[in-house]
Amino acid sequence: MTHELWTAKLDAYLDGELESGETAELDSHLRECPACAAEGLRRLQWKKNIQSAAQRYVPDPKLRQRVQKNISQPRPVRRWWPAYAATLAVLLLLVGIAILREGSRQERNSRIVSELADLHVSTLASSSPVDVVSSDRHTVKPWFAGKIPFTFDLPELQGSPFELVGGRVSYLEQSPGAHLIFRVRQHRISVFIFQERAVPEGFPSLGPTDARSFHLETWIHNHLRYFVIGDAAPEDIQALSKLLK
Amino acid sequence: MCVPEERPSAMSFEQLAMPLFDRLYNFAHWLTQNRDEAEDLVQETYAKALKGFSSFEPGTNFKAWMFRILRNTFLNSRTGLKAATVPLDPAEDDPALPAETQTPETILIDRTSREILQAAIEELPVVYREVLLLCEVEEMSYQEIAAAVAIPIGTVMSRLSRARRLLRQTVERKLQLRSAS
Repeated sequence: MTHELWTAKLDAYLDGELESGETAELDSHLRECPACAAEGLRRLQWKKNIQSAAQRYVPDPKLRQRVQKNISQPRPVRRWWPAYAATLAVLLLLVGIAILREGSRQERNSRIVSELADLHVSTLASSSPVDVVSSDRHTVKPWFAGKIPFTFDLPELQGSPFELVGGRVSYLEQSPGAHLIFRVRQHRISVFIFQERAVPEGFPSLGPTDARSFHLETWIHNHLRYFVIGDAAPEDIQALSKLLK
Repeated sequence: MCVPEERPSAMSFEQLAMPLFDRLYNFAHWLTQNRDEAEDLVQETYAKALKGFSSFEPGTNFKAWMFRILRNTFLNSRTGLKAATVPLDPAEDDPALPAETQTPETILIDRTSREILQAAIEELPVVYREVLLLCEVEEMSYQEIAAAVAIPIGTVMSRLSRARRLLRQTVERKLQLRSAS
C-alpha cells in the first residue's frame, strides 16, 4: 500500500475503526515510517484538543433536579406509613446523589490519569522529548522560570539510581506545569508538577497505583500536585516519589 | 415491612438515563448554541425518552438511542429546522474522499488556541458538528453514530472526514488572522 493510502487511514486507525488485519499492517508501517508516526501523533493530539475544547457546557444543577423529578415515577405508599416512606425516599435520593457524584468524580479522575499516560507516551515517542536537555538540576529548574507560574525543588540524585534527562512545559486541564523526565536503568519516568488548582478538587493522593499498565503515584506538597508515572517497577516509582517529597 | 410496588422499567430508565445527563446537555448546547434552548431540549428529550422507553429494545445501545431522540427533537425545533437547511457539500455522501492533508503544526503547538478551536466547532454546519462531537467527545463508534444520526456508516465516515477537514481549515484561517492582527 502506498504512503498516501496509509495516511488516509490514520483517522480511522485512531478512531479504532480499522479491521484487525489493517490495524496490524498500519501498526507495522508506523514502526517503520517516521513521517506517518509523526503525523499519527499530531492527529492524536488534535483529537485530544478537540475533545478537551468540546467538553465545554455544564448544566445548571437546577435543571438536573427538574429532569430527575420529572422522570421519577410516583410510588404507591400505604397511608398509615407515610413517615417511613418519606425517610426511605430521602435515603434513596441521598444514595442516588452520592452514587452519581462518585461516578462523575471517578470518570473525571480516570480521564486525568489517561491524559497523563498519553502525555508520557507521546513525549517519549517524540524525536525531541525534552526542551531543556540536562542532568543538572541547577540548569533544569531555572529553565522553567517565566514559563510556568510557580517554582519547585528538585532533589539531589547523587547516590540514587535515577538520572535527570531534562524537562519541558506541559499542560493539564489548560494549566501549564513542569514535565520532567528521569531515567532509571532502561526505563524513563515522567514527573508532572502542576499547581494544585489545575487538578479538580477531590482528586485523591495515591500511593503506588496501576494506570493503564503504567505505575503511578501522586500527592500534593506546598500547593503543588505531583504525578510520577512510568513503566518502571513500582519500587522505582515509589523511590523516585520519596526523593521528590 | 411495607415495600412499595416496584416499577422496573421506570426505575431502569432513570438509572440508565441520568448518568448521560451532563453529556446530553453538552451536546444539546453545542447544537442549539443557546443555554435556554439547550435546557428545553434536554427536558423534552428526557420526557420523550421516558414515554417511549417501552419501545426501547434491551440489549441495544441506550446511549445512541438517547442521543437520537435528542437530535431528532432538535431537528424539529425552530433552530434545528433552520440549521438543517444549510446545504451539504455535493460530495458529502461519497466515502471515497481524497487523502487528508497533513495536520498543521501551528495548531498543535499553540495551546492557547482553545477558544479558536471552540469558535471553529461552532462554525461547522450542524451535520458535520454533530458527527464530530459524537466521535471525539462521546467516543462513539461509527456504528453507534450511524444509529444516533440515522445515516449509513459510509455517510458517517465521509461527514467525519469533511468535518475534520473543515475544522482544520477554519482553525488555520483564524490563527492566520490572529497572527496578522
